[in-house]
Amino acid sequence: MKHLKLASASALSIAAASFASSAQAQELTLCWAAWDPANALVELSKEFEEQSGISMSFEFIPWPNFADRMLNELNSGGQLCDLLIGDSQWIGGGAENGHYVKLNDFFDAEGISMDDFAEATVYAYSTWPKGTPNYYALPAMGDANGWFYRKDWFAREDIQAAYKEATGQDLREPQSQREMLQIAQFFQGREIDGKTVYGASIFTERGSEGITMGVTSALYPWGFKYENTPGSYDMDGAVNSPEAVEALEFYKEFYETATPPGYTNSYMGESLDAFKSGQVAMAMNWFAFFPGLYADPATGGDKIDFFVNPPQNQAGSTLGGQGISVVAYSDKQDQALEYIKWFANPDVQAKWWSLGGYSAHNSVLNDPGFKDSAPFAGDFLEAMGSVQDFWQEPAYAELLLAMQKRLHDYVVADQGTAQEALDKLVEDWTEVFEDEGKL
Amino acid sequence: MTDTPDTRAAKATPDRVARKIKGLSDRAIAWIFVGPTIFLLLAINIFPLIWTVNLSFTNFRANRPNRDVDYVGLRNYERILTDSDIWLNMQATAHFLFWTIFFQVLIGFTLAYLINKKFKGNDLWTTIIVLPMMLSPAVVGNFWKFLYQPQIGLFNYIVAFISGKDPSSFEMLGSVQLAPWSIVIVDTWMWTPFVMLICLAGLRSIPDYIYEAAEVDRASKLRQFFTITIPMVLPFLMLAVLFRGIENFKMFDLVVQLTGGGPGSTTELTSINLKREAFEKWRTGYASAYAIILFVTVFGLASIYVKALNKVKER
Repeated sequence: MKHLKLASASALSIAAASFASSAQAQELTLCWAAWDPANALVELSKEFEEQSGISMSFEFIPWPNFADRMLNELNSGGQLCDLLIGDSQWIGGGAENGHYVKLNDFFDAEGISMDDFAEATVYAYSTWPKGTPNYYALPAMGDANGWFYRKDWFAREDIQAAYKEATGQDLREPQSQREMLQIAQFFQGREIDGKTVYGASIFTERGSEGITMGVTSALYPWGFKYENTPGSYDMDGAVNSPEAVEALEFYKEFYETATPPGYTNSYMGESLDAFKSGQVAMAMNWFAFFPGLYADPATGGDKIDFFVNPPQNQAGSTLGGQGISVVAYSDKQDQALEYIKWFANPDVQAKWWSLGGYSAHNSVLNDPGFKDSAPFAGDFLEAMGSVQDFWQEPAYAELLLAMQKRLHDYVVADQGTAQEALDKLVEDWTEVFEDEGKL
Repeated sequence: MTDTPDTRAAKATPDRVARKIKGLSDRAIAWIFVGPTIFLLLAINIFPLIWTVNLSFTNFRANRPNRDVDYVGLRNYERILTDSDIWLNMQATAHFLFWTIFFQVLIGFTLAYLINKKFKGNDLWTTIIVLPMMLSPAVVGNFWKFLYQPQIGLFNYIVAFISGKDPSSFEMLGSVQLAPWSIVIVDTWMWTPFVMLICLAGLRSIPDYIYEAAEVDRASKLRQFFTITIPMVLPFLMLAVLFRGIENFKMFDLVVQLTGGGPGSTTELTSINLKREAFEKWRTGYASAYAIILFVTVFGLASIYVKALNKVKER
């Protein structure tokens, strides 16, 4: 009898354990940044939950801590995330350090073709080494740095007349970086409806990636290159070229003459706040925020319009956006791959765009109605045609922090010259690549 | 047998344990009690320290566990000590350390001196004054950030009211000249009460009869202050300086919340820089060398200071 009781208890324990384990296996955790598109993804994923019976839980980290938190998680082999929508710059580290599962075999088996996604997004979000057919992520969220402005102010006759008088030109969506600065300077300190307003809100944040993302939005249109010859890491003469120096001086002038006081450490949130509170005529931010801005009852709708980062010597926008990867430390990789398979479906991608996510699927982007589907859709397409991304090397964090320091020292702290800042940046980056054994 | 705590403890010891202990010497029993603490100390403090020293001679990166680790000799130390940016961080730390301690001692002692006088509402004022140090540094950092906001910040409006300047004409956190002072102001606001409490303890430890004797000798109040109050409070003051010095040398949270080390690297204290090297750039070997240099600096300075403190106490 005693043995029978023991056997029954053991059987019950085993049954309970397997039930718990199977229940556990039916839940996936997806990690991403906490922002508007993340809410859209929660909505979208309900369909996956219904179809698969797998329940989704989400871990959304505020942007300023996102990289720190997630990279620590990956570096420590953590199992918090089964799926990770990680920044494009992490792909090198994710692949080389074995954090991400290589997806080639899975794509082949499931008939998922990277040709179905926009080329720039596949290059930026999925491949490592860059441009090779080695895929570690599926393009999940296309994004670039763009601009939005107070359409209602631009349309006012008194403001248009004042602008014409001040500059001799018509007030319009800026067609070049210089024209954008001129417009911003025109609005700087101007009284509109009894309130002092300012030119534009730009990125100046020091702690994570803010000022680098802002400054590169000026560097790329001036023709900035990271290397003289791609893949050679020969940066002297490219990173600190006369064009790069001119672009950096331009950004500093923009910061000093056309931004609200106190915006010395400003990134996405501050840019949105400045615009929504009616402080600025223009603001830079990621396209991901544009659906929310357009829907804003106070400054959205008829009061807002959008434009792509203006060209100068050439067109150029700073790439944002992310790919979705399966975390190598997850013990639910099969279910995670199932999610990716579902997410790659063209119908799901269409719904993703309609909910406020930026699909990178060609079936969505090449749809004849896409450009008119949202006031910023055309600008998004244009921006994605000329995007450039930061280094995606495994040592990206070191490269980024060095740039953050040099740029903030020059632009905000007013130390040294643009040439010195970029020369020092070349020295910093050279040291990093030497440590990496690449130089 | 008399009823003492020892005999009560002996009676309470279970027979089985007592029998086992009987065969042990006093020294062995002492080791049994101290052993776990020593083990914990070794495991949590000493071993990591030795391990950090070892790592400081390597190019190890914690985010690349699969990469070969090479011993690089003194290269990390050489790079740190010849890096002009790190010396700027050291300067920023020294500026912060010196001025926060200076203001906290000055204001803290003054407040303690005033609070030590008997007046109505004395206890209430003491409670109000110590409130800032009860707050979390993250909270303090965040709300001072708002106070310093050029367009809506109360601090700017108060300064503007006094000076007649436009509130948005100066940026406490954005200006290279003002940002180092902005963090000094906030730390002083938060931690002056701590210095005040220590000084108050010192002031209250001075026996009244010493002042009474001075009164009999017709010593003036000023003379009493410089010959009785200051010398007798000095060991307490020096202790407060030691505590604040060690705390502020490793200052991180408050400054990160306020300025994030900016503008540029103006307020990037060594602890912020060390965190970036260790956990953002993941240069573990380099950061270990950096940590050792800071440890030796603090340990050396603190040892000299403690010797001085002991001499003052002996007087």
